[in-house]
Amino acid sequence: MPDDKHIPALRMVDVSKIFARKTLDEVKALDGVSLDINEGDYICMIGSNGSGKSTCLNVIAGVFPPERGGKILIKDNDVTNLPEYQHAKYVGRVWQDPSVGTCARLTIEENLSMAVLRGRTRGLHKAVSKSRRTSFKEALEPLGMGLENRLTAPVGTLSGGQRQALSLIMATITRPVVLLLDEHVAALDPKTAQIVMELTDMVVHRDNITALMVTHNMEIALRYGSRLVMMHKGKCIFDVAGARKAGLTIPDLMKAFEKEAGEMLHDDSTLLVSAAG
Amino acid sequence: MDSVVNALTVSLYEGLVFGLLSIGLFMTFRVLDFPDLTMEGSFPLGGAVAATLIARGGLNPLLATLVALFAGAAAGAVTGLLNTKLRITALLSGLIVMVGLYSVNLNIMSGANISLLRENTIFKMVGNALNISGIWLSIVVAAIAAAIFFFILRWFLQTEIGLALRASGNNEQMVRGMGADTNKNIVITTAIANALVATAGALIAQNQGFSDVGMGIGVVVVGLAAVIIGEALFRPRTITQILLAAFGGTFIYRLFITVALRVGMPPQDLRLVTAALVVLALAIPFARKKLAGEWLPPATRS
Repeated sequence: MPDDKHIPALRMVDVSKIFARKTLDEVKALDGVSLDINEGDYICMIGSNGSGKSTCLNVIAGVFPPERGGKILIKDNDVTNLPEYQHAKYVGRVWQDPSVGTCARLTIEENLSMAVLRGRTRGLHKAVSKSRRTSFKEALEPLGMGLENRLTAPVGTLSGGQRQALSLIMATITRPVVLLLDEHVAALDPKTAQIVMELTDMVVHRDNITALMVTHNMEIALRYGSRLVMMHKGKCIFDVAGARKAGLTIPDLMKAFEKEAGEMLHDDSTLLVSAAG
Repeated sequence: MDSVVNALTVSLYEGLVFGLLSIGLFMTFRVLDFPDLTMEGSFPLGGAVAATLIARGGLNPLLATLVALFAGAAAGAVTGLLNTKLRITALLSGLIVMVGLYSVNLNIMSGANISLLRENTIFKMVGNALNISGIWLSIVVAAIAAAIFFFILRWFLQTEIGLALRASGNNEQMVRGMGADTNKNIVITTAIANALVATAGALIAQNQGFSDVGMGIGVVVVGLAAVIIGEALFRPRTITQILLAAFGGTFIYRLFITVALRVGMPPQDLRLVTAALVVLALAIPFARKKLAGEWLPPATRS
């Protein structure tokens, strides 16, 4: 057995994805992306609209498979062609839309019960047991939102920020091999976004979670995370980690973008700037 | 006075036994958000299977009812599989199975109906054992059946599998993200729902003394009326409340129909009145918003 540490948490090998193939709208959303995510990496993936960030997350989550020839390995397990629900064994996910990550009709504790069983076989045990309830309270308390006292409230009665915070706990309550954050604060108002982002940072550091966070927002990408990956036209064009990542500034990013993308700033890249503002 | 007691007891029996059908409908329409028409065929299927096994096979009525339950589950599973494996829409899947079941039911009974008048039934078994008869016998049998399914479902819907089923109708994306196979959940739910409906069919056939191929016509709308009444009157939240509301709603609906018939509504108008009742119940929330001057989005097809 090779040392567990040396197996990347996730490997994308030559992953491409083409949408609307053989039509006028054909788009190469991912173009031969190879990316290793090591255990403990906290990656911010940045890129403009249509750069392939979301497609990248969807392929990892198993929403659709990559084109033939590409491979997705999670802890050396080939999950390339497995359905989405089987990827869930390894992957925790927080979606952009708070209503996607949680079930409005179910209560907080029922939602969390769905989450603790991620990747496990569901049986005929009581879904919300006493011991689970205790662990739910412990998991919710650090959020500081008082959700631990409202376990039997339907999730539909929570605010967007509360639902997104709950989503985060649901994605991490059983430690995923990789946590996928899909612009998970983009749909929130600035103040709530800030709170949820801080909570995310706290949970990722506290539990030492391997995370891949997609964002539009350059400030978020610079402030958080230990590694930064920039996507452009379906390719990874920039990948820095450690001290180099920590020292990055917005002008650095713009320069890197110009150099690596090999073109002057055009419409889609200005989108990046305005989103950072 | 007597007629009031009579109306109440008849409605109580019907509320309990048709309550099983309402819960079946609730499982698909509400829990799963899957408009399942299969039950128009699985209801007479239950009657046909039980009646044929009792009258022609001489089988123990209890066993015959159990076989009817599984026949209903199989019919429901076919609908679920058409939807998940062949990607035929929910409405069409149910419609296709419903149409197919019409021939299946005719074949099972080798005709349009079977009489059970001289045969042993669950009702006669219980009547002999407890030495009761008439409407109270019907109520006791229906209550036992209702209680059995109430407790089983109340337990099941709160298990890990049951929770995943309930979540599947609300947010499939999240359910897949939590590692549960939504396709499997759809098939399980349509199977359970139609098992309940077929059981109701088997019991009703035994109580009325015959099974008829046409006894399923309109059961979807009838069940829907009962479920809507239950939801509107009792506003249930927990699983226990939801199940009880289905029985309660069915009882109120049956009482309404019984009283309407007694005060002179011609029986041939029964389904028209039920249809009008469902339209009314569905339109009230909309009309209320409209009157309050609320903005309403354009109509959708779901």
